[in-house]
Amino acid sequence: MSDHRTPRNEHGIPAPQDRLLGAGPELSRAEELPSDVVEVETRSQWQMFRRKFFRHKLAMGSLVFLIAVVIAAFNAETIAPYAYDEVNVVEASSPPTLEGLHFFGTDQLGRDYFSRVLFGTRTSLRVAGVVAVLSTLIGTVLGAVAGYYRGWIDAILMRFTDLVIIIPALAVLIVAASFFGQGQPLRIAVILALLLWTSLARIVRGVFLSLREKEYVQAARASGAGDLRIMFRHMLPNTIGPIVVNMTLVLAAAIIIEATLSFLGIGVNPPTPALGVLINDGRSSMQTLWWLTIMPGLALVAIALAINFVGDGLRDALDPTQQEH
Amino acid sequence: MLTYALRRLLISIPIILFATFLIFMAVSVSGDPLADLRQLPNITQEQIDNVREARGLNDPLPVQYLRWVEQIPQGGFGEYLISPRPIWPDLRRVLGNTLQLVIAAEVLAFILAVALGVLSAKRQYSVFDYTTTTLSFFGYSMPSFLFALFLQVIVVQIFVRTGVRIFPIGNLSSANPGTGIAFVLDRVWHLALPIASLAIFSVASYSRYMRASMLEVIHSDYVRTARAKGLPERTITVRHSMRNALIPTVTVAALSFGTLLAGAIVIETVFGLDGMGRYFFQQIGRRDPYPIIGWLTIVGVIIVTFNLVADILYGYLDPRIRYE
Repeated sequence: MSDHRTPRNEHGIPAPQDRLLGAGPELSRAEELPSDVVEVETRSQWQMFRRKFFRHKLAMGSLVFLIAVVIAAFNAETIAPYAYDEVNVVEASSPPTLEGLHFFGTDQLGRDYFSRVLFGTRTSLRVAGVVAVLSTLIGTVLGAVAGYYRGWIDAILMRFTDLVIIIPALAVLIVAASFFGQGQPLRIAVILALLLWTSLARIVRGVFLSLREKEYVQAARASGAGDLRIMFRHMLPNTIGPIVVNMTLVLAAAIIIEATLSFLGIGVNPPTPALGVLINDGRSSMQTLWWLTIMPGLALVAIALAINFVGDGLRDALDPTQQEH
Repeated sequence: MLTYALRRLLISIPIILFATFLIFMAVSVSGDPLADLRQLPNITQEQIDNVREARGLNDPLPVQYLRWVEQIPQGGFGEYLISPRPIWPDLRRVLGNTLQLVIAAEVLAFILAVALGVLSAKRQYSVFDYTTTTLSFFGYSMPSFLFALFLQVIVVQIFVRTGVRIFPIGNLSSANPGTGIAFVLDRVWHLALPIASLAIFSVASYSRYMRASMLEVIHSDYVRTARAKGLPERTITVRHSMRNALIPTVTVAALSFGTLLAGAIVIETVFGLDGMGRYFFQQIGRRDPYPIIGWLTIVGVIIVTFNLVADILYGYLDPRIRYE
């Protein structure tokens, strides 16, 4: 035993792991560690995530609200008390009331605004959903390729990302929407997706740059796995947290941007109900029939707020540095 | 540092040119720039052909675009297609108005956000902290145009009920704005609602960054050391914590300048202000590509500059960061 020298660092203090393990040469660390770990209740990543997320009351409440809104909006035909273009002059210009189920009031033609907002929400959610999925796909693939291959591929892709960032998104949207995509929700969604992938691409690239040096990636490469398999089977699952959080951000942003475009008259075309279209419709009579602007506006804010709260809950739950308390 | 900045600016020139090229092609392909001219009552086909010839519209589009690029060094942004007036005076006017709006909103948002962020961090988990956090989520989720509309409804309702006009809901100046300090005050009064609408998102966003970085700094060793030395709490907050916590916030604020500029387009539409946004919409309606690409160049240069400013500030504020 006397010939065993405890390794010391430059301050002459024994390195901590030697004190913990008793420095006995006959005790290897590999034998000692498992007996420790077995006593701790093990939780999978997924279980830990669920526990943390369910405890986040605001996020849970928002999720329930969102699910209710999605179900209501996509069953608008059965749930809405009226069709979205049903004219009823007798009950025209009514403020929000329980009478005749006009929760959000009616406009000058007597169209029920609760029903219109419900149908409008469906259009807005569809656009936002397509934008979120499409931009996540683009951002993930471009970011992964840039971060994995580095070198000139990375340089080209990042300059391309810079290009998309430098062009003021709203200007492109205005030009593109007013020349190519006016009216159709799907076209608007594609244009938005083509502009909103940049931040995710940068995030995924950053994570991939650090992950590609990890041992398990080296191991996968050594065992003969192909580039695609390493990128999407091994590295992508470890990037899922930032991707999901970013998806909620894009979802909220897409809803707001689509509403802004429709409000400016270059998004979804008026006969199709969308939240921004409804707000713009109400604007001309904003000072007398305030509910025509405020009600769709509040619906928009409520949905965006709920998405942001869910995103916040996800961020907390997916962040391994945040301890449960 | 200087070479780094120069290289960045040089790289951005082709990017901006490429962007203007794309937009030029898009605008030219999608509409007839002489539509306004054709609608004049006494116009003949010959006159239209003359204009087409004189303005080079019969050349291939890339040639037209290159001609525009060539004349930038001497002619600035060229002339409108139909009326041979220079574009730059118009652009300069609307740019000035928009910059007033955007810079005021940015400064206001930054000051408010720093104050809110520092206070929430100093009182983490207090009622104040929870309130600002919740409010910032509202700020994130509220489209600026909607907030502007809400403000307009409130101000007009107050005017209708009490006869007091707190703020105007349109225009940049009164009919007789006066001169000197009276003019400035009149402008501030007119821009109050647009500035508030534009700033709300930035306040929400910057204050989150400020709070997060302040929390990180407050719990660092050197702040504990400062406290152990017995320095007054004020000095610790202002001189030791805040200075370092400002670094990410400054960067975010500089990077967000482009977003703010885009937001101004929407806000100007709501308030009917003679700025970049309204100008852009007018020119889009006229299908004239030259003012649009001129507009885009200016906006592009501003965004590139502020991205660069963000990076340089970052390096200046945090000496550990070096650029080659």
